[in-house]
Amino acid sequence: MMKKYLTSIALSIVAAISTYGADITLNGAGASFPAPVYQLWTYAYTQITPDVKVNYQSLGSGAGINQIKAGTVDFGGTDNPLTPEEQSEANLVQFPMLTGGVVLIVNLPELKSTELKLDQKTLSDIFLGNIKVWNDPAIAALNPEVKLSKTKITVVHRSDSSGTSFIFTDYLSKISPEWKEKVGTGAAVKWPVGIGGQKNPGVCNNVAKIKGSIGYTEYTYAVEAKLKCVTLKNKDGKFVAPTPKTFSASAAGADWENAKGYYMVLTDTEGEDSWPITGITYILIQKDAPDKEKQQALYKYFNWCLTSGANSASKLNYVPLPKNLVEKIQNDVLK
Amino acid sequence: MFATDNIFKTICLICAGLVGLLMIGFFVQLALSSVGAWKEFGLSFLWSSEWDPVDEKFGALPSIIGTLLTTFIALVIALPLSFVSAFYLVDLPGAIGKILSQALDLLATIPSIIYGMWGLFILAPVMQTHVQPFMVDTLRLGKVPIVGRFLGEDYNGFGFFTAGLILALMILPYICAIMRDIFAMTPPMLRESAYGVGCTKWETAKDIVVRYGIRGLLGGVFIGLGRALGETMAVLFVIGNMTQMPSALFDSGTTIAATLANNFPEAAGIQQSVLFALGLILLIMSFGIQVFAQWYLNSTSAKRGEER
Repeated sequence: MMKKYLTSIALSIVAAISTYGADITLNGAGASFPAPVYQLWTYAYTQITPDVKVNYQSLGSGAGINQIKAGTVDFGGTDNPLTPEEQSEANLVQFPMLTGGVVLIVNLPELKSTELKLDQKTLSDIFLGNIKVWNDPAIAALNPEVKLSKTKITVVHRSDSSGTSFIFTDYLSKISPEWKEKVGTGAAVKWPVGIGGQKNPGVCNNVAKIKGSIGYTEYTYAVEAKLKCVTLKNKDGKFVAPTPKTFSASAAGADWENAKGYYMVLTDTEGEDSWPITGITYILIQKDAPDKEKQQALYKYFNWCLTSGANSASKLNYVPLPKNLVEKIQNDVLK
Repeated sequence: MFATDNIFKTICLICAGLVGLLMIGFFVQLALSSVGAWKEFGLSFLWSSEWDPVDEKFGALPSIIGTLLTTFIALVIALPLSFVSAFYLVDLPGAIGKILSQALDLLATIPSIIYGMWGLFILAPVMQTHVQPFMVDTLRLGKVPIVGRFLGEDYNGFGFFTAGLILALMILPYICAIMRDIFAMTPPMLRESAYGVGCTKWETAKDIVVRYGIRGLLGGVFIGLGRALGETMAVLFVIGNMTQMPSALFDSGTTIAATLANNFPEAAGIQQSVLFALGLILLIMSFGIQVFAQWYLNSTSAKRGEER
């Protein structure tokens, strides 16, 4: 009896020490574009691995880059990829995590169940402020089945610096020389027209509130806010609706073998079903982290995200990376 | 006895000195952190209206003008309203006066983020669907020569006008509560004498109560002004966040505080320095207003017959 008692005490002490020793907290911060998935992952991972705690703060891509550079977090999230030079300069390793779509959302009650169609020219002209009302002949010609009213167009964009804005302005720069010259590509740009909303939810909210508005956001936010998405003409001249299927079609043709430092932008890709504004979101980690135990826990976590976590990402309308790319990352980085 | 006095004196000195030190510390830190921006753009930063993060060209003018404009709108709306309501509250007898007075104090304690949420979810849509269409399409104010120039014809519920309105509601309880307390301090004998020589209520207010409490009244105005200058979240939600020069009151724009809140988390390099420079400008603006208020009150005190 006494012996049993002692053993149980000894066992519980051992258990206490081992959990104490293995308690690791991994802190991450950055992009708000994949934040819904990251938050789901951190929760699910803590459930199955109680000794590792993962935190992710959705602060924006720029903040993620700044914080991982400063070393205040263990991993950073960004949609705005660092070039191979920038990576080696800051001694960081970058790899992709998820693919998602940036979609255009509109508040036009007269659309009812029909989709609004826009092509490259009308889209860039709307964001440049060249097209000011919805019944503009150029828009009407693309949408003969809808009777558009003379509602004023209100452009809604991000007021904060954002990786989503980077993906979107990168696309506009590719399809419109005028945009490229006047505005350019960036996480924050000099928007010619419109009003700014705070983060993805702020843009959705402003679009939901203002009649005649158009904005851009990550797909999941648009689905959650039940906002009407615009159908766009892609590089092959086909009109495509934003769905996980068209996002992955766009990602399918990417040449990862030759992408140094995983630097890749998936806007305006070829392919009949390709959604033109597809974005990849990246993870940044330090190349030679001093704490090896932490580094191993980090690798284990990302391995889990890329494999077991893929299913829950699909549920939130993101596209997990293709299998060969996951294997490449596992061999290159997470070993 | 002496020893304890000295200890007490030293403690008081340290505490009081800390306030001054903090004040100087803020100026020094903002100045040091913004050196990069001043070097890059020089003093023309103050009147440049360029804001292009891609080319890294920055100017402070749109934010400065936006801050002054929203504050001005807020004061124009809040001052007369709080003056008359404070004047009414002081003389209101019985339970209603007490309840309204309490309500006013409660209103002053509502956190600014609540005003912001209310502005975003209630005020901005109401402005877009009712107030602005009424002003522009029904009254056709946009076509009236001078007024139309100031209001503009394009509206979407967001912008300077809405932001000014929210600010007015936020500073109104502050100004009103201070004015009420100042009015209440007027010796009853002075008022009664005024009524006794045949003054109307308006004359009593204008010549006795306001004169007596001018120092406090201006103090209240400046507290409201200070709050309006630096208010961030409530403004950010409804101003539209466009870094551009305002051409009309219905335009979208930005203020210094909103620009800081929008860009600070992600800023690095020259942009961070630019934001610190904007912070310094805001601090100097608030500081300048306080200094001006003191100077004005002192230089006019003789005229009002105050003892020096």
